[in-house]
Amino acid sequence: MPTSGSKQRKAVALISGGLDSMLAARVIQDQGIHVEGINFYTGFCVEGHTHAIREKDKNKQKRNNALWVAEQLGIKLHIIDVIEEYKDVVINPVHGYGQNLNPCLDCKIFMVNKAQAWAWMEQNQFDFIITGEVVGQRPKSQRKETMPIIARESGADDRLLRPLSAQNLPPTLPEREGWVDRDALFGFHGRNRKPQIQLAEKLGFTEYSQPAGGCCFLTDKAYSNKLADLWQFRGKRAYELDDIMLLKVGRHLRPKPHYKLIISREEGENHFLSGYRKQFISLETRSHYGPVALIDGHPLEQDLKSAAAIVARYSQGRDAARVTVDIRMLDGNSHSLEITPMPADQILDAWHV
Amino acid sequence: MSSQTYHLDARRLLCPMPVIRTQDMISGLTEGDQVVVVCTDPGVLSDIPSWCRMHGHEVLSTTTRDREITITVLVRSTVR
Ligand code: SF4
Repeated sequence: MPTSGSKQRKAVALISGGLDSMLAARVIQDQGIHVEGINFYTGFCVEGHTHAIREKDKNKQKRNNALWVAEQLGIKLHIIDVIEEYKDVVINPVHGYGQNLNPCLDCKIFMVNKAQAWAWMEQNQFDFIITGEVVGQRPKSQRKETMPIIARESGADDRLLRPLSAQNLPPTLPEREGWVDRDALFGFHGRNRKPQIQLAEKLGFTEYSQPAGGCCFLTDKAYSNKLADLWQFRGKRAYELDDIMLLKVGRHLRPKPHYKLIISREEGENHFLSGYRKQFISLETRSHYGPVALIDGHPLEQDLKSAAAIVARYSQGRDAARVTVDIRMLDGNSHSLEITPMPADQILDAWHV
Repeated sequence: MSSQTYHLDARRLLCPMPVIRTQDMISGLTEGDQVVVVCTDPGVLSDIPSWCRMHGHEVLSTTTRDREITITVLVRSTVR
């Protein structure tokens, strides 16, 4: 146990919802430190969204993992909306991207910086920050060389403690001051998950989530491709929250450079896309059960016909001679087209984003 | 000052946005106030009660009609 004076030390833990940050927080709680969690919502976080939308996932557990973890730990969690500020991290990462459009190193710096801005605030008065980072765990952001970069560029410096890897790193202020006992911290490194799993067992955690790729959609290849497509065809690297939400939903087809179709795949997505009718031109089959589709871009008159034929193809009228498709324009006016569904072989693979 | 009831429209927002909006609204309220949040993401059925438990607030009622979920929260304390 720490031996320094009687002041109750306070740490803010970055809680992602995964196992490592859960362990890091518990290890520090067990040293008598008051811990509260912080979680940043960037819009890209892997959460129950697609489950919340898709009907087939209706019975899957819909919970926010970070909240669930905090409850298991018995700590408060503060969730902060950073959607706007985070755009610059995704669009202009100083340290570049990982395998896909994941700017992990810049993201870590950003989050630790935000956490410390929050933690040192007058009404909060925390002493240090903890994360579940492990040296060598991720090729880009969690290397021995990047750990000091995150500490320095975030401004947290030696008030940033990584309890799971502390013994591989120079002692931080909380260790030097004796707020925490360095010997009771860990020296985990590399991609082997066994030490974490053993520690979880020892601490009595039987349920936890271990996202395979990372904590957000940006590590997903298909998702990153859709985001890159959006930037390319809009001619600028920018996005709104609705854009990045819609990239998680439906099938995306780009028959022409100037427009893209987002076509729902099932009932839950129908409902979700219907909510965007005022922002996008929308199409829906009337004569047959079928998808709801949105058009992102600037379609010409003849494009609407092609779009309707494509949407008809994905309806139950795919083999019918004619399908009625309702088209709702941005001004709220609707009209219908009687259309022959586009034959499957005319829907080119290259259109699929 | 007497307690007041506040309304929050979190329809079409996906979790954790309804929780964030609830949290941000409550941070400016005082004990005894109530917040009525209307949402469409079923994730709130787990997330808002969870957030309330850890921050000491109380969920007074939860009703679901069609795809809309209404949760009423009693603000217990704003002391951190
Ligand atoms: S996976 Fe996503 S949230 Fe996690 S560090 Fe990388 S960019 Fe940030």
